[in-house]
Amino acid sequence: MHEGYLNLQTLWFALIMALWIGYFFLEGFDFGVGILLPFLGRDGVDRRILVNAIGPVWDGNEVWLIVAGGATFAAFPDWYATLFSGFYLALFLILAALIFRGVAFEFRGKGKHPEWKRWWDRAIFWGSAVPALLWGVAFANILRGVPIDANHEWTGSFLDLLNPYALLAGATSFLLFTLHGGVFLTLKTDGELRDRARRAAELLAWPTTAAVLGFLVWTFVDQHGNGRVAPVVVSILALAAVAGVVWLSRARRDGWAFLATGLAIVGVTATIFLDLYPRVMVSSTRAANDLTIWNASSAHYTLTVMTIVALVFAPLVLAYQGWTYWIFRKRISRTDVEAGANPA
Amino acid sequence: MPQDLGIITRRAAASSLSGLPSRRRDTGGLATDALHLARWQFAITTVFHFFFVPLSIGLVFFTAVMETLWHRTKDLTYLRMTKFWGRLFLINFALGIVTGLVQEFQFGMNWSAYSRFVGDVFGAPLAIEGLAAFFLESTFIGLWVFGWNRLSERVHLACIWIVTIGTGLSAFFILAANSWMQHPVGYRVNPETGRAELHDFGALLTNSTLWTHFPHTILAALVTGGMFVIGVSAWHLLRGHETEVFRRSAAMGLVVSLFATVGVVVSGHIQGQQMTKQQPMKMAAAEALWNTTQGAGLSLFAISDVGQGRNVFNIQLPHLLSVMSTNSWNGTVEGINNLQRQYERTYGPGSYVPDVGATYWTFRVMVGAGFLMVFITLIGLWLFRRRELESAKWFLWFAPFAIALPYIANSTGWILTEVGRQPWVVYGVMLTRDASSPTVGFGLVLTTLVGFTVIYGALAVIDAYLLVRYARSEPPTVEAPAAGPTLVY
Repeated sequence: MHEGYLNLQTLWFALIMALWIGYFFLEGFDFGVGILLPFLGRDGVDRRILVNAIGPVWDGNEVWLIVAGGATFAAFPDWYATLFSGFYLALFLILAALIFRGVAFEFRGKGKHPEWKRWWDRAIFWGSAVPALLWGVAFANILRGVPIDANHEWTGSFLDLLNPYALLAGATSFLLFTLHGGVFLTLKTDGELRDRARRAAELLAWPTTAAVLGFLVWTFVDQHGNGRVAPVVVSILALAAVAGVVWLSRARRDGWAFLATGLAIVGVTATIFLDLYPRVMVSSTRAANDLTIWNASSAHYTLTVMTIVALVFAPLVLAYQGWTYWIFRKRISRTDVEAGANPA
Repeated sequence: MPQDLGIITRRAAASSLSGLPSRRRDTGGLATDALHLARWQFAITTVFHFFFVPLSIGLVFFTAVMETLWHRTKDLTYLRMTKFWGRLFLINFALGIVTGLVQEFQFGMNWSAYSRFVGDVFGAPLAIEGLAAFFLESTFIGLWVFGWNRLSERVHLACIWIVTIGTGLSAFFILAANSWMQHPVGYRVNPETGRAELHDFGALLTNSTLWTHFPHTILAALVTGGMFVIGVSAWHLLRGHETEVFRRSAAMGLVVSLFATVGVVVSGHIQGQQMTKQQPMKMAAAEALWNTTQGAGLSLFAISDVGQGRNVFNIQLPHLLSVMSTNSWNGTVEGINNLQRQYERTYGPGSYVPDVGATYWTFRVMVGAGFLMVFITLIGLWLFRRRELESAKWFLWFAPFAIALPYIANSTGWILTEVGRQPWVVYGVMLTRDASSPTVGFGLVLTTLVGFTVIYGALAVIDAYLLVRYARSEPPTVEAPAAGPTLVY
């Protein structure tokens, strides 16, 4: 019964992977813009352009996380329960960061005092930097293995999450998202701000490539025993993509560079999931304690209902979110903001 | 129906709760303390989240109607109203969103045993809420805010209506999940896995509890929006600001409030009757009715001796409780003591009585605030019809304070619903004390409890400051036709 890939558990594993990939691809550049905000924004107008570059879309991007969480709850309740009760403090830090960041976008323009904006801009920076780092730490630990007992209960502590492999993954996700944000800004801004964004991207491209290389090689060394080809293929793809960013950025092929950073995010995330499959959380205590798509999943009926719901709504969501990006495809210039032609 | 629950729940209680003794590690008193903290955390984060949600649902409806009127009439006053109320909606919406994030994850964080046991059933409406409703709201709100100059008027108008529908759908699926906790249907407990499993998704969506909860909640949200619009408009009218904008706003607020407050009362009454059947203990506690009574009176003010299981002092209106909950003069309403004995026979020894004081008083405060709002709305409408609203200084002076009423009613309503269900987390199926995360200790829950409370407290202050400031500000000026840079981010 547990053979082959044509089953609802595998489908939901793939869907949840797709949700996380979507989340990291989309909110990845939101995080990057937030992290680059204090470095690229020389004055109030710059900073407003930077915030406006993601203003219409960040909220919709964050919903990918909510849905990833909800889908995990519905399809793999044990995974949801173990993951979030186990990674407790890490998740708290991520949530606190996202809370401050979310209100900061909304509130920064609503106060007159110069300190007001500065405080919210700090909230945007930290609210982007902390999750950008911690998501990498979290996913590396899911794959590397954490202490889980026979009842699927977490038996570790917060410090267990801070091992060298996971920290490298955190640095990788942080750099990758920042680079992704920088390249995104070369598409959304013009003039001097765009030049600065491109310089930032060029500066970040090599260290990011090194981090991705380091993380993927380490992952390969740890995981190659499973004899899978697919994770290796996507790893190479991710590496090639991120290595190409330097060249693409210099050649001013911003659209291609953005595609490349996006592909790198997709590839790194997919590597983790493909190495995981069919496990969803690895137990460092005993392999028998691993959470898998079989022992952590909901019953067949729930998975069937959820599959129908997903088939109806997922294409719809993709269509209207895609349409939103089309509507807001234009670059934002200083004159737009100064003339007030753009809600800042 | 309480009867059809019987068999399933007894088995569930036997197999899933007492049948899983090994899962909870014996951490002595600390585990109990962690449980209390986790309950406080859930209470604080949920009540706080629900501080913002009803106003969002209510205000977006007003904003959508105003924009529709602008689109139809091309009267610039309606456009200014749209922008003024839309801006307040957005300030409020932001906090609803970010506090909603915590809601999505804290079941896993603090209630992992619950999540494992019910994820199969409870996770589905939560996931569908995200996929079908939350994506819709969040994407189209961005389009609405930033789309004034990029979208055609018609499409822009459609965006705000889609957000309105999205908020309603969101409420529907979240209430579907909550209604299942109040009145579990469409599931069975798998004896092999010891977990609840969904077997009829349709039953989840047609749950009779959902269909009384949902109208009551949506109408309460419209009341919240209505009282807010009335109160803020009154503040401006008292000072003679922008009387055209605020006279029309007040009129809309009053009309919506009239229908919504009456609707809340009617749906609340139906809920009460349903509660008497589905969760008689909650009703008994809400009425401090200790012993099963025929022709029970409606208590107005009671002081109970909880230990002895009786009232020391009670003022009541004779027969009214029986009439209200059973539609008959001498109808039987079950009492706490009788139900406790009955539950012990069904579920085994233990206390099945919720906090009677909290349940009784939140019920009274909610109902009191509700009727007060009906009354205020009627006075306002009467003044408006006589064209005396703007000269009735006393009403204009008082109305801004009445904005507090829906908040009081919303919060006490939820406290009644959730506290009254205790000690169950899923009524008749799982006890709250079995639901928390066995591996999350006192220190961890305390950390996040303090953390979230401090963050939420700070944000509440900032949000209140901004709402007051922007509520008192001038409605944005607009140039015809539809130039709109005024919604500042």
